[in-house]
Amino acid sequence: MVYGLKPLGRERFWLLVLLGPTLIGLILGAFGSILATIVLSFMNWDLLSPPVWIGLENYISLFTSEKYLVALTNTIKFSAMYVPGVVIISMFVAILLNRKIKGITIFRTIYFLPCVTSAVATALIWNMIYGKDTGILNYIIHSFGGESICWLCTDRAMISVVMVNIWGAIGEGMIIFLAGLTAIPREYYEAAKVDGANEIHRFFRITIPLITPSIFFQTLISTINAFQAYDYIYMLTRRGQGDSSVPVVVFSIYRNAWHFFNYGGASAQAIELAIIVIALMVIYFWFEKRYVVYE
Amino acid sequence: MKTSKKKYILDLVTYTLLILGAVIMITPFLWMVATSFKLPADQFTKTLIPNPATINNFKELFGTHLDFPLLFYNSFLISGLITIGQILTCAMAAFCFAVVNFRYRNLLFTLLLITMMIPSQVTLIPNFILFKWLHLIGTKAPLWVPAFMGGAFGTFLLRQYFLTIPRDLVDAARVDGASLLRIFWNIYMPLSKPALAALAIFTFQGAWNDLLHPLIYLPAVPNTTLTVGLAFFQQQVTQGGKYTVLMAGGLISILPLILVFFVAQKQFIEGISLSGLKR
Repeated sequence: MVYGLKPLGRERFWLLVLLGPTLIGLILGAFGSILATIVLSFMNWDLLSPPVWIGLENYISLFTSEKYLVALTNTIKFSAMYVPGVVIISMFVAILLNRKIKGITIFRTIYFLPCVTSAVATALIWNMIYGKDTGILNYIIHSFGGESICWLCTDRAMISVVMVNIWGAIGEGMIIFLAGLTAIPREYYEAAKVDGANEIHRFFRITIPLITPSIFFQTLISTINAFQAYDYIYMLTRRGQGDSSVPVVVFSIYRNAWHFFNYGGASAQAIELAIIVIALMVIYFWFEKRYVVYE
Repeated sequence: MKTSKKKYILDLVTYTLLILGAVIMITPFLWMVATSFKLPADQFTKTLIPNPATINNFKELFGTHLDFPLLFYNSFLISGLITIGQILTCAMAAFCFAVVNFRYRNLLFTLLLITMMIPSQVTLIPNFILFKWLHLIGTKAPLWVPAFMGGAFGTFLLRQYFLTIPRDLVDAARVDGASLLRIFWNIYMPLSKPALAALAIFTFQGAWNDLLHPLIYLPAVPNTTLTVGLAFFQQQVTQGGKYTVLMAGGLISILPLILVFFVAQKQFIEGISLSGLKR
């Protein structure tokens, strides 16, 4: 039987009051907006002249517009580097921290610092670090006899931006993995030791399977974040007229809507972004059913 | 003996890697602090200790046409309102989902969870059009009003916590004739302070650090938020200006959150664990 308090008499009204904001949010904010975005994506509208129904034209241009294809490729490239980067590095840091070492709180605090502070503020200093003639990074390279690198020029900006994004996300992943690691019962390791399993065996046979829920969760969160990444990219790569040297899809949506007043086109791009993310989620959950171990 | 030597080497490797990582994590912050105390003429020197040191950069923040106090006030007001709205409305819904038995409960909850996966960019354009139609662009309302309509993440987080509160308490209160509202307000809210604190911190942090929404709704300097103000300021400085003052501004903007983090580190960490572990 499902447990739960039965609302009595007038309490039905209060139940509605308690749920009201969420209901309005769901109807108006979430599903209403999605529906509106879908409708908008079939229109040509600059908010000044009346909207014109243009059918699939916005969607066709998703496949033909060179600018958009570049943005889509960038988003995919970005995610392909960012997601494994965050998951693997933060898992690695958590495993090191979980070795019951001294000073764990200090390390945890330092690694988490970028997650507390705004990307806008930390991007200010990263901009200085990446500076071509005046930055510290090139200064260090120089002192080892290397050549100056233009970190934020078109051909290298992607990697530079991904590195900063990973830098900013390790802390949160580390906490997720630490929580997963500390939840593994000590007895499992003791028992394996008695059975003669060495450290490597214990790691791959006990640790990895038992933190698959954390790996799954962190991959999911990182993917959602990757497809919406904006702040660092805006702060580190923007150029005149809302352009960027690493335009990603979110950048393209923003630029189309608020620079070119092409709200229909931007809506189509947003819908496509959502479809990609949802498709990935479906794939992830399929994997979860097969490979994720829950105790 | 052999195992203790092996452990010693493993410990050494662990510490070396962790310290190396920690240096990478913290250097940008140290560099920001250092630069903010340097003379503008020394802005690109490669020393970590400013020599000579000055606090003029911080004073200058109050003299720029950016109006730093106003940016601070705006960010504070908007983030505060968003936090209040989220705590209140998410707790209300979470209580219903965790404690009350009503029709369509599971369906509603599933729908709510689905919205967590939808990129916020999808809702951005219609919301903008709606607020434009209401003549609210350039005001703070579009930024904080939606926070009073619940939210998937907060509701999920609080529901998880509410579920851990013993049912006997509810039953006992019910026998004593307590109403739903009383049970919510006098039992669940006081007992859930850790979870509420965690959600408050996350929400405030997210709002304080948000760039995209204020960029759309409050794009014009000077009456905007810290993030938009700093982004604008950066653009000006790169065209020839004082990086030292820019760093002072960046430093001041992150200081409140760093303070909160040091005071409430436990809530931060537990909140993230809470959202990640349980299902």
